[in-house]
Amino acid sequence: MQRENKKTSRREFVQLSGMLGALVAIGMLTEQEALAQQQAWNKAAFETKNLNDTIKALGGAAVAESKDIVLTVPDIAENGAVVPVAIASKIPGTQNIYVMVEKNPNTLAAGFSIPAGTEPTISTRIKMGQTSNVLAVVKSNDQFFVASKEVKVTLGGCGG
Amino acid sequence: MPDPMRIRANALPDGVDVRVLMSHEMETGQRKDGTGNVVPAHFISNVTVVHAGKTVLSAEWGPAISKNPYLQFKFQGGKKGDEVTVTWVDSKGETRTDKATIA
Repeated sequence: MQRENKKTSRREFVQLSGMLGALVAIGMLTEQEALAQQQAWNKAAFETKNLNDTIKALGGAAVAESKDIVLTVPDIAENGAVVPVAIASKIPGTQNIYVMVEKNPNTLAAGFSIPAGTEPTISTRIKMGQTSNVLAVVKSNDQFFVASKEVKVTLGGCGG
Repeated sequence: MPDPMRIRANALPDGVDVRVLMSHEMETGQRKDGTGNVVPAHFISNVTVVHAGKTVLSAEWGPAISKNPYLQFKFQGGKKGDEVTVTWVDSKGETRTDKATIA
């Protein structure tokens, strides 16, 4: 009887540790996955200096103007270090939204990937070195679309 | 350990509105300090927002994002009481994860 008890507990122990192991394995997997995802930083794209090169670095060929991208930026930014930018895309199947500034040292400021279920609308704040066009680029079905608007900067946000 | 983020997640009729304010220097690598040395770049490069095991937004940032970055977006499928997890990683490999409950 006692022996049987011991057996059960051992079996339970083995089962339990097996489950724990599986849990850890799952945890490790997601952690690694997350890490791999996070380390995907497109260095080449962030080093480009104009729109066409950036599009190429992002894997596109051409970019078309679109009226279906709503880019909201101030006309005049008193402080180039903090320029609010809001981009809303009405293009169906929007996969990515990119924020670019034409005359910054590097064109690309940020890229957002929009999974299904997330609205293709983001707002953030960017730095601008000088008065320049701000570009909202949307990738949909592997095609690139752009909308632009000029922001006058009275005080630069880069250098100093 | 970097300072915590401030995260607001509100359930609205048309989706969950998420606002995140991160605390980060976002050094561009273009600036010079008082002695003329270039201050090395140090900025958040990746941001991931997860809800119920699913990534609802991931972003790659360059140094042109403002200091103490702000991010706002909206996603579908969340409800009151759910948790939203925001993680960032910066160019020096530092990372910070914070959670918020959808209100």
